[in-house]
Amino acid sequence: MKFSEQWLRSYVNPPMDSAALSHLLTMAGLEVEAMEPVAADFSGIVVGHVLTVAPHPDADRLRVCEVDAGTGAPLQIVCGAANVSAGVRVPCAMVGAKLPGFEIKKAKLRGVESLGMLCSARELGMAEEADGLLLLAADAPVGRDIREYLGLNDKIFTLKLTPNRSDCLSLMGIAREVAALTGSELHLPVVPAVAKTAQATPAIRVAAGAACPRYCGQVISGLRPDAQTPPWMVERLLRSGVRSLGAVVDITNYVMLETGQPLHAFDLAKLTGAIDVRMAHAGESLTLLNEQTIKLDDDMLVIADQAGVLALAGIMGGAASGVGADTTGIFLESAFFHPDYIAGRARRLGLSTDASHRFERGVDYAATQAALARAAQLIVEICGGNAGVVSEVMHELPERAAIRLRPERAGKLLGVAFSREEVAEWLRRLQFDYVDEGAVFRVTPPSYRFDLTIESDLIEELARLYGYDNIPAIAPVADLTMLPQPERQRPLDRLRDILVARDYQEVITYSFVDAAWEAALAPGVQPIALKNPIASQMGVMRSTLWGGLIDVLKSNLNRRQTRVRVTEIGNCFLANDAGYDQPLRIGGLAFGGAVPEQWGESARDVDFYDVKADLEALCWPKVLKFAAARHVALHPGQCASVSLDGEHIGWLGVLHPALVQQWDLPSAPVLFELAAVPLLHRDVPLHAEISRFQAVRRDLAVLVNQEVEVQTLLDAMQSARIAGVTEIALFDVYRGKGIDSDKKSLAFRVSMQDNQKTFTDSEVDAAMTHLTELLQQQFNAQLRS
Amino acid sequence: MENLEHIVANAQAEFAAVTQAVELEQIKARYLGKTGLMTEQMKQLGKLPAEQRPAAGSLINQAKEQIQTALEARRAALKEAELASRLASETLDVTLPGRGTAMGGLHPVTRTLARIEAIFRSIGFEVAQGPEIETDFYNFTALNIPENHPARAMHDTFYIDDQHVLRTHTSPVQVHYMESRTPPLKIIAPGRVYRVDSDATHSPMFHQVEGLWIDEAISFANLKGVVQDFLQRFFERDDLKVRFRPSFFPFTEPSAEMDMSWGDGWLEIGGCGMVHPNVLGHVNVDSEKYMGFAFGLGVERLAMLRYGVDDLRLFFSNDLRFLKQFN
Repeated sequence: MKFSEQWLRSYVNPPMDSAALSHLLTMAGLEVEAMEPVAADFSGIVVGHVLTVAPHPDADRLRVCEVDAGTGAPLQIVCGAANVSAGVRVPCAMVGAKLPGFEIKKAKLRGVESLGMLCSARELGMAEEADGLLLLAADAPVGRDIREYLGLNDKIFTLKLTPNRSDCLSLMGIAREVAALTGSELHLPVVPAVAKTAQATPAIRVAAGAACPRYCGQVISGLRPDAQTPPWMVERLLRSGVRSLGAVVDITNYVMLETGQPLHAFDLAKLTGAIDVRMAHAGESLTLLNEQTIKLDDDMLVIADQAGVLALAGIMGGAASGVGADTTGIFLESAFFHPDYIAGRARRLGLSTDASHRFERGVDYAATQAALARAAQLIVEICGGNAGVVSEVMHELPERAAIRLRPERAGKLLGVAFSREEVAEWLRRLQFDYVDEGAVFRVTPPSYRFDLTIESDLIEELARLYGYDNIPAIAPVADLTMLPQPERQRPLDRLRDILVARDYQEVITYSFVDAAWEAALAPGVQPIALKNPIASQMGVMRSTLWGGLIDVLKSNLNRRQTRVRVTEIGNCFLANDAGYDQPLRIGGLAFGGAVPEQWGESARDVDFYDVKADLEALCWPKVLKFAAARHVALHPGQCASVSLDGEHIGWLGVLHPALVQQWDLPSAPVLFELAAVPLLHRDVPLHAEISRFQAVRRDLAVLVNQEVEVQTLLDAMQSARIAGVTEIALFDVYRGKGIDSDKKSLAFRVSMQDNQKTFTDSEVDAAMTHLTELLQQQFNAQLRS
Repeated sequence: MENLEHIVANAQAEFAAVTQAVELEQIKARYLGKTGLMTEQMKQLGKLPAEQRPAAGSLINQAKEQIQTALEARRAALKEAELASRLASETLDVTLPGRGTAMGGLHPVTRTLARIEAIFRSIGFEVAQGPEIETDFYNFTALNIPENHPARAMHDTFYIDDQHVLRTHTSPVQVHYMESRTPPLKIIAPGRVYRVDSDATHSPMFHQVEGLWIDEAISFANLKGVVQDFLQRFFERDDLKVRFRPSFFPFTEPSAEMDMSWGDGWLEIGGCGMVHPNVLGHVNVDSEKYMGFAFGLGVERLAMLRYGVDDLRLFFSNDLRFLKQFN
């Protein structure tokens, strides 16, 4: 909502400057987004009357003018504007005038003396661009200060209104608010009644009574098609950001700005028979004033006549029935359309109009006729013509139920105590009807307030008048209870910390990704598409973190980083029969050197086993299981399914060569992605006795076929559950010289310990024999000596 | 006896000349060994008259002791020299960088969230979570934003299907949380939120922290107190002021916009208000008995102010050169 401060002050003029007024509005919830002067800061410019214009002797583009600036004698002023001519009245900057950045001095222009400057709108700071001098009205008073004459000591306020305050979408509404906030007197325009003449008026039939509880129409005929909008109105409209489009339309816009009531004028000559206010029939269409042709839905309210749909009620008129340059008669509409029947429709059609903006939020249903009367008065005054009688069709208007307001409750909710007298005073200032019942007030909100339905709404009004700023900041008093600290649960931050300690940089990537990434990384998953993505490459929800991580790798490689280790914890999104799964996952990518380039360590690229150690650390002291498996995005020979406590929780592997090529990467990164929640579980430790007896360690080296997985040997030995064996760990893998090429040597360290005794050699030998035989039988392993 | 003194002097001289421990032991054998010079002296003791033997014996023993002392001194000296030389040879350039892996770091948003959570936990707020793909009901309806309400247009919503949206705020977590619990309730709910908006000050994805405190007498003044306390702790500035301006959110009444004093002016940092009775009603909380506040803070905004970041988009550029500044 944009408006001229002067216009507002013509209704209510509190004793405060513009800055204070702006602060007052902002602190009352009518946020002033901008406050700009209508003209530049200048002085010494008056209305000048150009008496004569003569060519400059030495410059083709300059003219020498005699100008009456009300100083008694004409001034000689050299002017370069093309539109200067004898008889025009224009702004004239006198010698000594101050304009932004310069001062007017007596000067010689190409040898001719000039005693001032004739000005354009741009020089006055009223416009960005100007084509020639600003031409003033023929009756502009010569010598009058231009600031006064054009009302330039004005500021344009722009309010950022919240949707609940539709009552402030008008000058009268804002004035009412300012009066309530300051206690200043309110002077609203008095509308003299217009003499009404008998005229044929179309019958009005309102079939959609719930959508249109009040419809008023009035015929005004005999208008002068050449009527001009008066300059003061053009200026006020302009300062509200509304262009002048012709007298009738300007007046309806003006009255809307003044009262908040959107009006619509139909060209009487283009109407056929009775006016119908009804819901649209599905399939009907309408060409709007903006030349856009729309298909109507059956939940849209329309104004129609016997030839078809005329207008989209409360949103925009139709092109065919709109007023034009040759219009001499109009049917002027002022109606209350119920917000429920307007809201959302304009947006659905991609429209946003001043009318829909107001009707969606609520227009004063008690002022329908008053706005019509105001418009009729201005139209007759400006365009001439005769006004007919007003036709009105009424249905059930919204009801304003009385709301109970307890000052005591207000005090409790806000944390400050109010007296009954204070509350009563504020209600009076707000012009709310109320009944004082002692402990409670029964308040009936006015017809222009659509945001007051419960006690809290009224309490907010009290708070606004008291001043939010005046409410103290008080620390709450509450019972102290301690927060639960579940020890079986690790915080998510712990996972982050472990990876950070292992040289991963955390990143946060968008949850919506390129559909092409999903197709490459998770071709089996139908990604969840956004209906209205912000960009096509952010069109689907990620089902894996890898797309974002590879993108981070790619962009950092472009920034000449050579070693990239990143991790992200975030939700992934998968459709299921019932809705959407949104598992929280932890993902990572490692690329480049296993360690940062440094002395004393030979450079080596990070590999599967490096990252595997990172995952083991992430889970420790729980033990992850890794099994060879296939994942479409990973190298088929360097890919593991990861499980914890027997449950698959994710993947570890090297990016598939085909995808390395697709992303145009210099080499393959190692990737992992695990469900985060299972990693958060941990056990509460339970102390076990530490043995006083010596532990025995023996090594066991065997030859097995290359393709045998170490894990299977470990599992087999562990499941044998040999008494006293506390740990079996692999400590060496050897392939090469001295061993058949299809074999590998595996060396295990077996630890044995007991709480009751030290093992004898023969007991240890027996255990080792047991293990050896087991490996021989199950894996055809040969004992290495 | 002159002979003895001579032997001792010789031994001392020879010991002193030796630089190797092995050599020293060889020389020692020549003096103190079974066939050494001192053993020889003792053997010759028998040739002396019996009355002279004790005195001579004593002299020999004295000489032996002198040699022994000299030997031990030399042994110790050699050992010390050997150690010194070993230590010298083992000296490192301690200014060479440490070996092994480096450290990574947290994203500045995570770092900021951790700070926020820690501050609120310190007065007993629990941390709650909710889904990011949210139903229309939780994102809007349960928060008193019916269909077609103009407030929905304020939200620039991403739509998944007719029933689902990407949550536009963390406020739905309030509803989920209250559905399964009874007051008193005191939570914060941090997380990602989404709006169809993108420029230097808007990102289509960003983070919010929702706060909620419901009890029998939690007032608007308390809301101001908690927010002010939080901001002062977060920015570590006791002179920081908050300013509340009336505003409108369908799920709070009264509602306010929160501004924070910054430099010479005020900066908007989030919205807040007293939880609307309709929202409490949706989750069967008696709004006559219970009342309380809710607020939503923009996490990136706080991070930008705290760390001097001037472009919101940097947080999601994932430029390692940017991220490593926060390690």
